[in-house]
Amino acid sequence: MKLRRSMLFVPGDNAAMLSTSFVYKPDSIMFDLEDAVSPREKDSARLLVFQALQHAAYRDVETVVRVNSLDSEFGLKDLEVAVRGGADVVRLPKTENAQAIGELEAHVVRIERACGRPVGVTKIMAAIESASGVVNAVSIAIASPRMIAIALAGFDYLVDMRTKRSNGWQPELFYARAAVLHAARAARIDAFDVVYGNISDDAGFLREVKIAKRLGFNGKSLIHPKQVELLHKAYAPTEEEVSHARRVIAAAEDAHRKGLGVVSLDGKMIDPPVIEEAEMALQLAEAS
Amino acid sequence: MKNDVMTTAIERLATQDSSLPKLQPFAGANAETPYLAAAGTKLHRKLCGSLEEAIRRSGLKDGMTISFHHAFREGDKVVNKVVNTLARLGFKNLTLASSSLLNCHDPLVEHIKSDVITQIYTSGMRGRLAEAVSNGLMKKPVQIHSHGGRVHLLQTGELKIDVAFLGVSCCDEFGNANGSRGKLNCGSLGYAKVDAEYARQVVLLTEELVGFPNYPASISQDRVDLVVKLDQVGDPSLISVGAARVTNNPRELLIARHAADVIEHSGYFNDGFSIQTGSGAAATAATRFLEQRMNCKGIKASFALGGITGGIADLHSRGLIKAIVDVQSFDNDAAASLRTSSAHIEISANEYANPTSKAAYVDRVNVVILSALEVDLDFNVNVITGSDGVMRGASGGHCDVAAAADLTIVVAPLVRSRIPTVVRHVTTLLTPGESVGVLVTDHGIAVNPKRPEIEQRLRDARLPVMTVEELYRKAVALTGEPEPLEFTDRIVGIVRYRDGSVIDVVRQVKN
Repeated sequence: MKLRRSMLFVPGDNAAMLSTSFVYKPDSIMFDLEDAVSPREKDSARLLVFQALQHAAYRDVETVVRVNSLDSEFGLKDLEVAVRGGADVVRLPKTENAQAIGELEAHVVRIERACGRPVGVTKIMAAIESASGVVNAVSIAIASPRMIAIALAGFDYLVDMRTKRSNGWQPELFYARAAVLHAARAARIDAFDVVYGNISDDAGFLREVKIAKRLGFNGKSLIHPKQVELLHKAYAPTEEEVSHARRVIAAAEDAHRKGLGVVSLDGKMIDPPVIEEAEMALQLAEAS
Repeated sequence: MKNDVMTTAIERLATQDSSLPKLQPFAGANAETPYLAAAGTKLHRKLCGSLEEAIRRSGLKDGMTISFHHAFREGDKVVNKVVNTLARLGFKNLTLASSSLLNCHDPLVEHIKSDVITQIYTSGMRGRLAEAVSNGLMKKPVQIHSHGGRVHLLQTGELKIDVAFLGVSCCDEFGNANGSRGKLNCGSLGYAKVDAEYARQVVLLTEELVGFPNYPASISQDRVDLVVKLDQVGDPSLISVGAARVTNNPRELLIARHAADVIEHSGYFNDGFSIQTGSGAAATAATRFLEQRMNCKGIKASFALGGITGGIADLHSRGLIKAIVDVQSFDNDAAASLRTSSAHIEISANEYANPTSKAAYVDRVNVVILSALEVDLDFNVNVITGSDGVMRGASGGHCDVAAAADLTIVVAPLVRSRIPTVVRHVTTLLTPGESVGVLVTDHGIAVNPKRPEIEQRLRDARLPVMTVEELYRKAVALTGEPEPLEFTDRIVGIVRYRDGSVIDVVRQVKN
């Protein structure tokens, strides 16, 4: 299973960051052609991202390109670059409904055919940034078999909801988080929590990570490299959890060897979801 | 009368025993110390009303050697003030021997052009001065030495200081001085202590004259000739600017974390280990990541050596480092620690790193983290010249501690502004690869093949170990192969290894 704890945003027009961002070992890197790039730099950003996508340095990390809205003058140009450049995933911002995903997918198919890439190889994820997006989260999540994740984007959403972000358990984001997460789980895809913008406040960042992890998000979108390590550490299982997971897996393997249909540990039966959870814990421990 | 009798007796003695030294008859209680006769001269004889008076009384002449220290780093006001004054007084052909030179010393360019300064000994230079020298400003090549090597040159007599102008935080009128008390704190006077020992004349410059006796006396009255009070000697807020700054750059923090990983798994991370971190953001930041590992494993360091940062002082204050051995304090927190902790020891550059001192602290360092401008495929290190061939760094204690430490870890980003740091051949060789154990970059870690046991330990710990050739290929894959630099034949700098031998030369860059 692909780990998606951290999606690091890299401004598409920043050559220095494009040449180093992979060293922080995020699970996914998102080259941004949208908000982080001013209109006058859009062309050069597309060129830089196109080159970066094909560089050997990015071979071992999942690459995501955030394109501008397809309604804008930049959207389709961005999409051409992302698909032709070989991005693993296209991230659509401000997704309001399933039709937007359908429209995106049609263009992706067209470009894949045009450039000779296998149809279906480019995955899609949607960022939900408004009340209507949250309400339509389920239909968005199941809009295409290419969908691998949905991400909640807090800034625009909170403006839409006429509120502001708070410091505690953040009731203003609770419904959206829960809705997006349920949609992702129902569609069996991943879910990313909101960006934490104050890069000098590690404690505040970790407070939000705790909420996201507790709710069940796979991880967060990140805007600063130093957040990668903090996030991965926070998501790492404890030694106790690792040791329990190892015992569960050992018991499952033992049962499999003996041809037993039922797995048990310390006299208790272990259900398949527990085994799956143990496998995830070991994968997280391995990656941390 | 009595004197005549003694003269006769001495003459008689000489005929009796020709091996006796030439003896002098008694000529009065204060024949050698006439200043004791009057209260004014007895107590205040070293005080000068102005820098000009101190220069005159020091006996400085054209062609002589003047020296300075760099404990105030970018906040130093002494070098420019003294050399400006010497220029105004008409001095020419002076040799300037400073323990190091920084960006704040750019005004020296004009004094070189006008032949006030015609020769330089220094650990390094930066800024406009370094650029001008690299472009052939001086007739004589600059002599670049290490901190330990400077003391060696003084011991051998190659470098003879006629007058040392030493800025201090405070001193009394007899010259008992330190850098850790008073309003202007620079901390350790490790380099100044050596100059006070070797200079023919020692002039102290201070903003703060305090009551006698001033203590502790990092520089003692018996080494001091003259004392001058100036309006400004240094700006402590600029000590931690530049190479000694504290970083928040994620790439430097990543490298620092990797360096801490290497230390943890190197085999030297045991209770009682000793450590040094050189200047440079990643090197100093590595201490941040060591704390948690030390707590986790219940390990304490016996001592930390070198240029001392607030990070090291912090670990000391929390009992994780038993003693600090300090030749230079990189920031105010380090200076404060020197003032308040009895286990924070101030040492001279001779005790620190001189290869021919009777014992140097570097000899007992287990692990050192050092920065680099370039590292080549043989692990040779350049910290002197940048990728454009222009001098922009300092030798410092780099080759001193690298030669002596059990494990030398060099840290550097793989690429700096589109230019690879790992190269086929360093532009200027300062520390030979045989002294380097591990290279830590943001893209991975390379271990010198001469240290297979270290490589095995790091691989066992699943650190991202690769060959230095792989790192080089990664760098070139990002940047392409840089065009070779072009130099003229003219030598503008001589790089002296710590033992005084010539390890490399710096040539004039071709415009």
